[in-house]
Amino acid sequence: MILKLDHIYKDYNTGKLVVPVLHDVSLHVEEGEYVAIMGPSGSGKSTLMNIIGCLDRPTSGSYELNGENVLNKDDRSMAEIRLRNLGFVFQNFQLLPKQSALENVALPLVYAGVRRRERQRRAAEALTSVGLQDRMNFQPSQLSGGQKQRVAIARAMVNKPRLLLADEPTGALDSHSSIELMKLFQRLNDDGVTIVMITHSPDIAAYARRTCDIFDGVISERRSGHINAAQRAEKEAEEEAERALARMRQASRRREQTGGLA
Amino acid sequence: MLENVRLAFQGIWSHKMRSFLTMLGIIIGIAAIISIVSTIQGTNNALRDRLVGSGNNTVKVNLSSGGMDITIYDSSSIPEGVPMVSEETLAKIQSLSNVSSVTAYNTRFVSDGVFYKSSSLTEFNIHGIDANFFKTLDYRVKSGRTFLRDDYTNFRKVLIIDQTASANLFRGENPIGQTVDINKQPFTVVGVVYQVSSYTPNIQNLDDYYTNSDNSNGLFFVPKASWPIIFNYDEPENVIIKASSTDDMTNAGTATASILNSTFSNASDNVVYQAQDLLGIVKQQQELSNTTNMQLIWIAGISLLVGGIGVMNIMLVSVTERTSEIGLKKAIGARKGVILGQFLTEAAVLTSMGGLLGVGAGIAMSQLIHRFSGIPVAINIPAAVVAVLFSMAIGIVFGLLPSVKASNLDPIEALRRE
Ligand SMILES: Nc1ncnc2c1ncn2[C@@H]1O[C@H](COP(=O)(O)OP(=O)(O)OP(=O)(O)O)[C@@H](O)[C@H]1O
Ligand SMILES: [Mg+2]
Repeated sequence: MILKLDHIYKDYNTGKLVVPVLHDVSLHVEEGEYVAIMGPSGSGKSTLMNIIGCLDRPTSGSYELNGENVLNKDDRSMAEIRLRNLGFVFQNFQLLPKQSALENVALPLVYAGVRRRERQRRAAEALTSVGLQDRMNFQPSQLSGGQKQRVAIARAMVNKPRLLLADEPTGALDSHSSIELMKLFQRLNDDGVTIVMITHSPDIAAYARRTCDIFDGVISERRSGHINAAQRAEKEAEEEAERALARMRQASRRREQTGGLA
Repeated sequence: MLENVRLAFQGIWSHKMRSFLTMLGIIIGIAAIISIVSTIQGTNNALRDRLVGSGNNTVKVNLSSGGMDITIYDSSSIPEGVPMVSEETLAKIQSLSNVSSVTAYNTRFVSDGVFYKSSSLTEFNIHGIDANFFKTLDYRVKSGRTFLRDDYTNFRKVLIIDQTASANLFRGENPIGQTVDINKQPFTVVGVVYQVSSYTPNIQNLDDYYTNSDNSNGLFFVPKASWPIIFNYDEPENVIIKASSTDDMTNAGTATASILNSTFSNASDNVVYQAQDLLGIVKQQQELSNTTNMQLIWIAGISLLVGGIGVMNIMLVSVTERTSEIGLKKAIGARKGVILGQFLTEAAVLTSMGGLLGVGAGIAMSQLIHRFSGIPVAINIPAAVVAVLFSMAIGIVFGLLPSVKASNLDPIEALRRE
């Protein structure tokens, strides 16, 4: 079992007021799973993700990553775990603006102490695997949102972690880019990478094999959320058809307008 | 590390204007220090050259009593118990590694008794010299000739004079071949000589005056063998050595004096040979000027302090600005130390660049000072290197607080901020 969180409580202590955010959250994820976490804003999704990502510690509870208790580790070891075992994807990409795509992707390798040559080779490989082989020397400002997020995924995966954590990865993307991104996630998952993804959108959550809901800091498993690969393909086709239909409608509306003016 | 330096340059380059303004305090401080040090160095070099003589490197080892040189002006002022310098002793001195040549000579200060026709010369020095004298002191023949081997051995009454004596005694007449009476002994002038690399003595006090007052109204040279013809006595001699290099002067002089002093033990009035220490005099003067200049350097140092505080200020702003960058780096696995190192490197690179620019500006400034006020300047390379290293240290010291702040940022807080 790659993730084993049990009875996690998290309170934020803001001076006098104690804000309880997570309430007895337990989450078990097996190696190779693809889990979506859904919930309204402020329900504690990011808080949970930060705990899973070893960026934050719960007030109480236990957390084992790869069978290892991580809560008794010091900051240095936590950083080491983030570097070697986890990949992060954020809603707002979090790329370094003054550095090329290649340099952004190579950053974790710098911290892992990989030599420059090897860094560039592996970063280029990671960028190629997300289809950006011809954008390696572009700066983030020269890339589209979807491309930026793919750079971020390349960066998350460059150290070949077994677990990918994504906090609203499609939050800043249009639906087309979102679908492209979900295909990429699917491919990574097919290659055996475990994925935990936060999303607001049921459409996006539908790509995961399993969905959990958080409401007011309480987590619950969604039983009916399982959609198999065939269904997913069917859904994609449906969406594609819907978009085509929308385009046609729009086009005919425009024609009507111009006709009306003439 | 190298990666950090590269990143630092990138950061500095992407904020050219801000980086330059940040460096300005350091640049001004370092430039001030470099130009002060350059003028100190230049003045010191000039002092040393002027006082010690460039390339001459001769050191007088004179008989002295109680720290004052002994001047022989008549038979009663001859110190007792000091033997003449033997060939053996001279050979011993010559064999010192930092001595390139040595000469022993008789000398007296003559107040009168020298006549040429109706004119007379008073208050001058007369030397009884050996064949090494002119070579050691870099004398050249101006007209006539120098002494021959026979002059040195055959008690000839021959005389060589310097240009001052020639002017004072002959007043424009050609002295060669003329006869001069010295203590009623007729001597024939065979040559006029001058010293090639003589120093212009820097006379600051009475001591210096006595040290440098040799060639008052001129110099007479006679072969040492002929000395008793004039003065009837064999007299104790003074010694002059030529050191191998300027830096050897003090040591060579001391060694020579102690060899000479070992040849006798019971002289009157505690007479001993004492080497003139021109380098020591120079050092004293340099130290004097250094103390005043140290104060200037302190003032420039304050400017560096202000510059350092400026660096700290800008770095703090920069850390705040780059909160999300720092947060991201920590989130993807950068350890505290890595972030600390990155910011410290940036501060150090920034101030080192400031230091380098400051050195450049300082050199330019000292050239300007030289151009407009004529003060000699000399660029001191070690001082420049120290200045750059010192600027780097300033960066590290004043970058520490901002860097610690950066490394302690909570990645969650940092990422949450947009
Ligand atoms: N540092 C903090 N101090 C106090 N309260 C906090 C802190 N961080 C988060 N919270 C609170 O915890 C709750 C959960 O926040 P969290 O960011 O986990 O929500 P979320 O589910 O990710 O919401 P969204 O979908 O809008 O991102 C919120 O009510 C928030 O105000
Ligand atoms: Mg959130």
